[in-house]
Amino acid sequence: MFPTPVEKRSRAAQITYQSLVPLALILWLLPLIAVALFSIRPGVDFANGNYWGVPSSFELFTNYGRVFFESDMPRYLWNSVLITVPTVIGAVALSCMTGFALGIYRFRGNLLIFFMFIAGNFVPFQILMVPVRDLTVDVGLYNTKMGLVLFHIAFQTGFCTLFMRNFIRALPYELIEAARVEGVKEWRIFWYIVLPLMKPAIAALSVLVFTFIWNDYFWAVVLTQGPDAQPVTAGITSFNSQFVAQYHLMSAGSIVAALPPVLMFFLMQRHFIAGLTLGAVK
Amino acid sequence: MTLPTDPPTQTWLQRHRMIITPLMFLLPGVAFFAVYVISPILQSFYISTFEWTGLGSLSEQGEFIGMQNYRELMSDRNFEVSLWNNVKWLVLYLLAIPGGLFIALFLNQTVAGIRVYKSLFFFPFVISQVVVGLVFSWFYLPNVGLLNVVLGWFGSEVNILGNPDLATYGIIAAGLWPQTAYCMILYLTGLNAVDPEQIEAARLDGAKGVRMLWHVILPQLRPATFIAFVVTIIGALRSFDLISVMTNGGPFGSTRVLSFYMFEKALSEYGFRMGYGSAIAVILFLIMLIFISYFLWTMWRDERAARL
Repeated sequence: MFPTPVEKRSRAAQITYQSLVPLALILWLLPLIAVALFSIRPGVDFANGNYWGVPSSFELFTNYGRVFFESDMPRYLWNSVLITVPTVIGAVALSCMTGFALGIYRFRGNLLIFFMFIAGNFVPFQILMVPVRDLTVDVGLYNTKMGLVLFHIAFQTGFCTLFMRNFIRALPYELIEAARVEGVKEWRIFWYIVLPLMKPAIAALSVLVFTFIWNDYFWAVVLTQGPDAQPVTAGITSFNSQFVAQYHLMSAGSIVAALPPVLMFFLMQRHFIAGLTLGAVK
Repeated sequence: MTLPTDPPTQTWLQRHRMIITPLMFLLPGVAFFAVYVISPILQSFYISTFEWTGLGSLSEQGEFIGMQNYRELMSDRNFEVSLWNNVKWLVLYLLAIPGGLFIALFLNQTVAGIRVYKSLFFFPFVISQVVVGLVFSWFYLPNVGLLNVVLGWFGSEVNILGNPDLATYGIIAAGLWPQTAYCMILYLTGLNAVDPEQIEAARLDGAKGVRMLWHVILPQLRPATFIAFVVTIIGALRSFDLISVMTNGGPFGSTRVLSFYMFEKALSEYGFRMGYGSAIAVILFLIMLIFISYFLWTMWRDERAARL
C-alpha cells in the first residue's frame, strides 16, 4: 500500500494523522457547513448583522417548513422527479440494447458507431442548443417535462452506451457461444443470459444518470420556464428572487434542492463509485 | 465438437440474424442520438452562416450571410474576453488532478472510520453546480461572507465576485471544489489496484516518498490519470452553471466564457441572434474537437491493443 500505512509508524504519527483528518474535512466542507448553519438561524439574526455569532434561536423546522409550504419548491422538486426518473429508465433501457449490440456482435461499422456515441457524449451543449430548442418548439414540447426527458434520454444514451458496451465486453463470451450452439434465439440470449448479468451495471448507471439529470441546469433553462415544468435547479433562482436577501430561507432552499442526489449517493455509494471510476483501473 | 450445419429450411431472416439482430438493437438508440445530437451539430454549422432571430423558419426568416458572423467574431472584444477566460479555466481546472491525487494519498489509509471520511470528502461532487455556485457566492460575500470574516481577523478584505480582475478566479475556485473531489475518487480507486508486490520490491531497493510516487506509483495510475484528464478538460469547457449563478457573466462581462457568451447572444435579454450564437458554439466545438480527437485516438489505440 502507498503511502505507508500509519499503523506502521510511530504512535505520535498515528495521533497526528487521526486528528488531522477530521480537521481537513471541516476545512474542505467549510462553505457547506456555513450554509447549513445559515439555514437554522432565524431571519432576525441577519437583520441584526448576527451572521456568524450564536443564533438567537433555533429555527430549523420553521425555515424548512416555510420552504415546503410557502414556496413553489415542492412543485419544482416534483418536476425534477418527473424529469429524472423517466430519463433514467429510458437511457438505461436504450443503452442496454446498444451496449449489447456493440459488445457482442462483430459487424462492419461497429467501432464507428461506438466512437460516434463516445464523441457525442463529449460535445459542448451549446453546439446543440439552437437546433434542439427549435426542434422542441416545433413539436410542441417547449416548456414541458417531456421535451426535457426526450433530449436527456438521447444525450445520456451516449455515455450509457460507452459504459454498457465495455461492461458487456468483460462478460464471459463462451456463455453466449454455448447458448448459440444450443440454438437459443438471439433476443432470448439478450433477455435471459446477458440482461441478468448486467444488473450491477444497470444499478451503477441508474444512480449516475439520476445525479447528472437531477443536477442539470443548462437544458432546464433552455427548454423550460416557470413552475409548470422547471426542475429544482432552475426553480431555485426564482425561489431566491422570492426570498431575496433572506439568507436563512435561501440556504434552506439550496439544501433541499441538493439533497436528493446526496441521499442517493450515500444509499447507493458502492454502485455510484463503481460507475464513476469505470475504466480508472485496468 | 461438431458444428451445427445450417438446415436448408432457414429463412432469409435466420440466415442473416447475426447482422439483423444488432441492427434492431441499435436502431432506437442510434435514432434518438442522431435526432438530438448528431444532426443538431451539423445544423449549428449551417445556422452559423445566417442572421436569424429564431422566429419563423430559418429558410424564410433567416438571411444567409456566409462567413459574416465569423468575421464579426474576430473584432468582437467580448468574444476575445470569453476565449481568454476559457484558457484560464482550462489551465487552472487541471489543478484538480494533482489536488485530487494529493487528497487521495492523504486518505489512502485503513484507520477506523476512513470510509466515511472518503465519502464525505467526495460529496461536493454530488451537489448540483447551481447549489455549489450559491454556496460559494455566499462564502465570498463582502463583509458577512465567511471568507471575509476570516480575512477580517487579519485586517484585510476582498470582494472577489465584484472585482473584474478576480471574479473569474473566484468562480474557477468554486468549480475546483467538486472537480477535485471527482479526481480524488478516481485516484483512490486507482491506488487500490496498485500492485503491492511492486511497492515492496521498490521499498527493498530503498525507494520512498516522492521518488516512489513518481517512478512506481504514478505509472500504475495512468488509467486513472487519463480519465481524470478527460473529465477535467470536458468540465472546464462546459463551465456554464457556476458563471450563470455566481456572476451572470459580470462584472462588466469579465467572467464570460464561450459557452456563456453563446447563450447570452442567442437566448437572453441581449437579443436573439441565433446565427451569431451558433458561430460562437462552432468555435467552442472546434476547440473541444481537438481534445475529443485526442481522447478517441487514445481509446482506439487501447481498443486495438485489447483485440490483439
